[in-house]
Amino acid sequence: MSVFKDAGHLFRFAGLFVLAFLIFLVVRHLIVPKSFGEYGHYRGAAIGEIAARPVKFAGHETCETCHSDVADRKKIGKHAHVNCEACHGALAGHVNHMMGTDSQSSTQVAADPSLEKPVLPDTAVLCARCHTASAAEPKGFPQVDPANHYPGSPCKTCHQPHSPGMDAGGAK
Amino acid sequence: MKISRRQMLILLPAAAVAWESVMAGTPEDAPNYKMTDHWWGMLIDISKCIGCGNCMRACQTENDVPDGFFRTWVERYHVSDEDMTEPEVIAPDLCKENFPFAKEDGRKYFFVPKLCNHCADSPCTQVCPVGATFISPDGVVLVDQTYCLGCAYCVQACPYGCRYIHPEKKVADKCTLCKHRLAKGLTTACCEVCPTGARQLADLKDLNDPIHVFLKTHSVQVLKPQMATGAKVFYNDLDGSVR
Repeated sequence: MSVFKDAGHLFRFAGLFVLAFLIFLVVRHLIVPKSFGEYGHYRGAAIGEIAARPVKFAGHETCETCHSDVADRKKIGKHAHVNCEACHGALAGHVNHMMGTDSQSSTQVAADPSLEKPVLPDTAVLCARCHTASAAEPKGFPQVDPANHYPGSPCKTCHQPHSPGMDAGGAK
Repeated sequence: MKISRRQMLILLPAAAVAWESVMAGTPEDAPNYKMTDHWWGMLIDISKCIGCGNCMRACQTENDVPDGFFRTWVERYHVSDEDMTEPEVIAPDLCKENFPFAKEDGRKYFFVPKLCNHCADSPCTQVCPVGATFISPDGVVLVDQTYCLGCAYCVQACPYGCRYIHPEKKVADKCTLCKHRLAKGLTTACCEVCPTGARQLADLKDLNDPIHVFLKTHSVQVLKPQMATGAKVFYNDLDGSVR
């Protein structure tokens, strides 16, 4: 008598096992996102989704392509390394209007940079953020006490913000 | 070739695993930005930081960070005790107020800007149970917010306190090192607006990046080096009292 007399039970069980395994593979294929495991144990497409977000700060190189006069003035002064949007705020929207690109739909519209024009900063508030005297500031950083340094006058009365030094023709 | 049923049962799962690695591949999507060419970090020069808060405001604008939450912040240290081990640290919301006036008392004051250290061996990505946070091939620690469950394991795991649960989305949120700007060839929003150059984006794989000259001529440190996180935010002039 063969040792495999009742092998039919085992074959049926093995068949069920294979079927369950195939179902598992199909379900797994359906629920695991396509790009999962592309670079590691995560959804690879997430990187592209995060990288595709629109920017809000255009970057000083972009500003300088049109406003080269300001860039030239800034170059000779103490604020040479202070980028445009450090004081004027995020202006990618202004550039988009210049290029005629709608920020929302990325479609072409009539170019009009005046639509999202930056607000002229109030120098009495803006300059004080960096230049108010405080013992915590690094030594040598230009600081004034606004209460004693011509109180009531905005800084730009005497200092040209793009080139603020009182020497070398920087001042107004 | 004749394969027995038993052999088939063993081969099937092996074939499935093999096919998966064939299907995965390593394609690069962005045409002008090759992730494997970069390894991003940041250089922070403590001696240059003036605590103006431009970085915090710019980060909030650029990344729609909810009010009262921060991807980057600035701490002001006042080393006021004799042992120089118990500094007074304040970190106001610079989007709303400035640092209070600091009176000269002969003791040391300095500012420490903080943000995600984009660790090469990051504790936060290791604890994620679903693979929703990861280190991208260019060295940026990111969160896949469509995949995150909001369990906050990563928030607890980060030794630098750089993560939070987004109050509306209810998922983990953190600094992306302005990944969307890097991919377009721009620097991060915080580096763009830093008026003194205290923050500088650094590509550690690019030997032409000025960071390599800086590293040669300065002694830089990372925060909590004892945790062996492989932090990639390097601090110059970091005081020993900084925790």
